[in-house]
Amino acid sequence: MAKQNSIQSPVTNLVRLAVLFFFSGIMLIPFWVTVIGGFKSLGDLRVNPFALPTEWDFSIYGTILTSADTWKMMGNSVIVTGLSILLVLLVASMVAFTFSHIRFAGKKYLYNYLIAGMMFPAATAILPLFIKVRDLGLLDTYPGIILPQVAFGLAMSMMFFRTFFEQLPQDLFEAALVDGCGYTRFFFTIVLPLSTPILATVGVFILVGSWNNYIMPLIFVNDTDLYTWPLGLMAYRGEYGVEWNKILAYVTVTIFPAIMFFLFAQKYIVAGLSQGAVKG
Amino acid sequence: MSSIRSWFYRNNQGGRITTLLLFLPPALTIFTLFVVLPLGEAGYYGFFKWKGLSAISESGKWMGFENYSRVLGHSVFHSAIWNTIKIILVSILIQLPLAMAMALLVASTGALNNFFRLVFFMPFILADVVAGLIWRYIFDGDYGLVGQFTTLFGMDPYYPLADKTWAFNSVLMVVVWKYFGYHMMIYIAGLQGISKDLLEAAKIDGANNWQITFRIKIPLIMHAVKLSVFFSVIGALQFFEMVIPMLPGGGPSSSGHTIVTYLYTYGIVRMKVGFGSSVGVILFIVCMAFAFSYQRYVMKMNND
Repeated sequence: MAKQNSIQSPVTNLVRLAVLFFFSGIMLIPFWVTVIGGFKSLGDLRVNPFALPTEWDFSIYGTILTSADTWKMMGNSVIVTGLSILLVLLVASMVAFTFSHIRFAGKKYLYNYLIAGMMFPAATAILPLFIKVRDLGLLDTYPGIILPQVAFGLAMSMMFFRTFFEQLPQDLFEAALVDGCGYTRFFFTIVLPLSTPILATVGVFILVGSWNNYIMPLIFVNDTDLYTWPLGLMAYRGEYGVEWNKILAYVTVTIFPAIMFFLFAQKYIVAGLSQGAVKG
Repeated sequence: MSSIRSWFYRNNQGGRITTLLLFLPPALTIFTLFVVLPLGEAGYYGFFKWKGLSAISESGKWMGFENYSRVLGHSVFHSAIWNTIKIILVSILIQLPLAMAMALLVASTGALNNFFRLVFFMPFILADVVAGLIWRYIFDGDYGLVGQFTTLFGMDPYYPLADKTWAFNSVLMVVVWKYFGYHMMIYIAGLQGISKDLLEAAKIDGANNWQITFRIKIPLIMHAVKLSVFFSVIGALQFFEMVIPMLPGGGPSSSGHTIVTYLYTYGIVRMKVGFGSSVGVILFIVCMAFAFSYQRYVMKMNND
């Protein structure tokens, strides 16, 4: 591929770069106006959305960052996302292991039963799901937000794990069995430690979905003390209407963790979200 | 008793049965309780008029197929279906070709290409509500990009999201902005898997860059293309979170609904459990019909 570029004429390459920089600009402008918008007064924002602020106003960011509510909802999101990831990784890898390494009657049916969960979105059953969560007494609790997310994330994760486990060398298991190591111990002491790449892939997959999830908390949470950040953001937007400088500052604060994580862990994220999908 | 014990002993080699008893139930319970049962209940509730406040046997009123005929006869639902089709069309006709073009331009390794890839992929990690909110601002006729544009040319302020013809098209633009980078990454993963020797051989045989692109590269990653079409359609069918901040309440004269915002507005917000469930069932049938026929007729055909 590098060679191919070298035989391209400089003009072609220049056009290529011009196109790419143009599109990069379009992609980045929304981020730029959002971040600097929070430093502007409303009047400044109105006449000059793109340039740097004529006068830097740090008070909006200051208020948001020192507000206990901001940190509480970030904390809620961390708890919900963290527990969702842990649960999915554990439950999905365990069930995938039975499919990849243990023979039992009805295995195929059971696998197809679980994999069917991949074919339709949570929205199809969201109202009965609400009734179910309510009847179980889980409205306005962490498990009430976490368990439905885990349930809908299981199918895809299980598929990733199964594909990976099936590629582990077969001798490994036979040797372990001869040495008197049972299935359970084999799974926890040998399979899981060997599975860090797929654990990272699935983890990132669930992380992005859960961190950004809006519809589940929206429906299962009324108590503002349990708001995750997307709910907090929409509530803030409802409160301040078209005071866009405040809203943009709030958006910046809430997306900051995701952007930072993305820049530091981009390799895993890209692998988890795109290549994982292709291989699975 | 002893026969059970000996059966267990014979079959529990390596703790096979104990492991099954330990590993299967968590996934099966969570999945059955929160996915399968609600889905079955949606099928049942869809035949009732029910607010969900007390048990369905007490306050539910049997409606037969009336919920379904109401949904299917509702003009707002028709526009929601049409909007969903628009998302699919824009995805396939604009988003995926754009993703492919960009993938071809930045697939080779290099620091600058890596930078472009990052930039194009970045919007994908934003939550849909955030993307919707940021663009709600950009499309604001008083403050945003659009406001700036109209002032620059001395025109009257224009509010695209309040204009029936432009409201949903604006959402489509944001869809392309947010999602093409994801499809580009899928294609790049495919392109990087193509053997260099093959491309080298084609060049020696005198193939030009166009021929290499259209006769070799794209045909070789058709599998990735089929996959990204699949994701685009499933994504369009469940499209919801971005529309809520951009077109609250369904936009101008309820013209900007998708299937799920329709379900949300007419089922969840008004707590019409029966009506909303029937919309869910319709969505489920569409998803399953698509997923099965796509896998059967498109994914399995000439498996490459």
